Amino acid sequence: MATDLILPERLQGVEPVRSIRTPAELNYQFTAGKATSQFLRGISQRRILGQRCPVCSMVYVPPRGACPTCGVPTEEEIDLPHVGTVTTFCVVNVSFYGQGMELPYVSALILLDGSDIPLMHLIQEVPAAEVRMGMRVEAVWVDDTDLGPTLESIRYFRPTGEPDAEFDTYSANVLGTRSHEGQTFAHLEGSPS
Amino acid sequence: MRDVAIISFAQTKHVATRQDVNEVEMLMPVLVDVVEQAGVTKDRIDFVCSGSSDYLAGVAFSFVMTLDGVGPWPPISESHVDMDGSWALYEAWVKMQMGHADVALVYSYGKSSPGNLRRVLTRQLDPYYLAPLWPDSVSTAALQARAALDKGVITEEQMAQVVIDARRNALGNPNAQLAGDLELADLLAAEPFVSPLHKHDCSPITDGAAAVMLAAGDVARELCERPAWIRGIDHRIEPHAFGARDLTTSVSTAQAAAKAGVANGKVDIAELHAPFSHQELILTQSLGLDAATTSINPSGGALCANPVMAAGLIRMGEAAQRIMRGEADRAVAHTTSGACLQQNLVAVLEGEG
Amino acid sequence: MAESEVLTAPSRVEYPFRRTTGPVIGAFFTALREGFIVGIKGSDGTVIVPPVEYDPHTAEELHEMVEVGDVGTVDTWAWVAEPLDAQPLRTPFAFALITLDGAGTAMLHAVDTGGDPAAMATGMRVQARWNPAKPPVTEGETEPAPPPGGRFREGHILDIACFEPIPASDTKGA
Repeated sequence: MATDLILPERLQGVEPVRSIRTPAELNYQFTAGKATSQFLRGISQRRILGQRCPVCSMVYVPPRGACPTCGVPTEEEIDLPHVGTVTTFCVVNVSFYGQGMELPYVSALILLDGSDIPLMHLIQEVPAAEVRMGMRVEAVWVDDTDLGPTLESIRYFRPTGEPDAEFDTYSANVLGTRSHEGQTFAHLEGSPS
Repeated sequence: MRDVAIISFAQTKHVATRQDVNEVEMLMPVLVDVVEQAGVTKDRIDFVCSGSSDYLAGVAFSFVMTLDGVGPWPPISESHVDMDGSWALYEAWVKMQMGHADVALVYSYGKSSPGNLRRVLTRQLDPYYLAPLWPDSVSTAALQARAALDKGVITEEQMAQVVIDARRNALGNPNAQLAGDLELADLLAAEPFVSPLHKHDCSPITDGAAAVMLAAGDVARELCERPAWIRGIDHRIEPHAFGARDLTTSVSTAQAAAKAGVANGKVDIAELHAPFSHQELILTQSLGLDAATTSINPSGGALCANPVMAAGLIRMGEAAQRIMRGEADRAVAHTTSGACLQQNLVAVLEGEG
Repeated sequence: MAESEVLTAPSRVEYPFRRTTGPVIGAFFTALREGFIVGIKGSDGTVIVPPVEYDPHTAEELHEMVEVGDVGTVDTWAWVAEPLDAQPLRTPFAFALITLDGAGTAMLHAVDTGGDPAAMATGMRVQARWNPAKPPVTEGETEPAPPPGGRFREGHILDIACFEPIPASDTKGA
């Protein structure tokens, strides 16, 4: 097609434009919503709040006001301990725009004791090569004056020094084999349970 | 063709802003309501389809979060369109025609209040020739209004009357955002907003959600006393460039209407998705409807509540609801997308007996 | 923090895109950079401006590009009394569909009447107000900056800053 395009005389032999700059910016005032607002308020008080589903009893953190398996609103607040188990992690070696951490750093999923889904946060105070699944970790908070409604109020998680958690204490979470007591989908044929 | 019907409908009470909740929290009561009304348990739903816009939410993959409200575990058969929920309904309808579903849940939602809707909608325009000029949605609609006024296909009095009728109809709609009695003289004397449009010629900014349950054949008859049968449904799209089409008439609406069989019978009510007053006039003409014998937008239409991404599905639901209640026998429900009525979906709904 | 306090936060979404044009759309922008306007002949010979690769009605692939004028007629317009961010002007202006002399379709742009809506009328004649060409960079010197709030022509729809009315006595006619 390009070869049989007939150009007017004034364009013949002229270096063509091949691309155009089209920067765009849109501004929003983002709403946290009820559940997230409650969670962040809790964080500013050094509390980690989950919500429990009234149907399947799963505890979700951070909570979003709905159980993603049962599709019902969640309201019951659970004050979770600040310790948990690393279920999986990754060592980040790639820098990206906006990144503030020194490389390499460890990002991990941490299953807080009593919760059913892990929270994502940073692992520090341990060499990256020593981070492992099952490692027991605890939250390290910012000073009182720096506390605010943001997950940055928790600076990172660090090893507690306890022996690693046995795989079966968190395997269901990693392998997706948790049971769903009372869940309305249970009788569907072929459904994993 | 399989008989597919709307068997239940639910929507939020539409307001200017729902800053207190996130999208899932806004949508959940609507989902609970539509499922309860249909009298099914979640396990009976074969397919879920939703309509929403990431640009509206300001978040990529925003619709994934609202799936929490549907309980998608074990995995469900689900789809999403970055368009008004009427297109999610159309996709579900097609799925049901293929025999892949007997019951389908369709929902849509949108919060226009967090961003600047007029600017957000410029992102749907041609990225080379139009978007860099940021021609906002009210300005492009105003271009169309002036063209139609200049051509003499509509008058300013007619535009004002559309608004008066809509706001009066909305008095009977507990979910409408705007409702009331307006005076023609006041409307004609109002300050222009983006001339020739006044503020009242434009739909309000709304945060809201809606959902519809579809069912096929005997399943619909089993679940609903008087299903609103979708007798015809069609979608046509015109060229994107404003200069390539006649803005004063809606060719695609006329084509979709013909394909959907609008003229095959008396139209008791027509719910037309017209976010601007002049567009209701253009659509009425293009659909071949007579406002004297067909009740146009008995719900108040998009001029009284415009939760973008749900406003079209609400037209479907409002029309279906009147059929299910026995208030109408045959209805037209229309949905538009794109600037200046670029693409249009028309459905014909009928009640039996 | 109050129990009832709703938490909100500003969120800015930026898209720093550069879009490839292909030969047809590219030719339009090449012409703009050079200070003139081109369209493409449609299936029925109508000159389509801005140009497209395929006829919007027949879907036929199009090949013949032609120059059109930078003066035209306003087919319809809308008065933007309160311009939004990033729109072509900061002062009140009109968006308009303008059919350029030699073109068979209208294109969208802004019209600056100095802020007076009464100066807008369907059928009025307008001419392009061009942004300046980028001055050549002399070796050893820094790249010249555009005038404050302005821009150089680079191959962009805003190489035309906007359109402006032609005084009636200057009308050239189509």
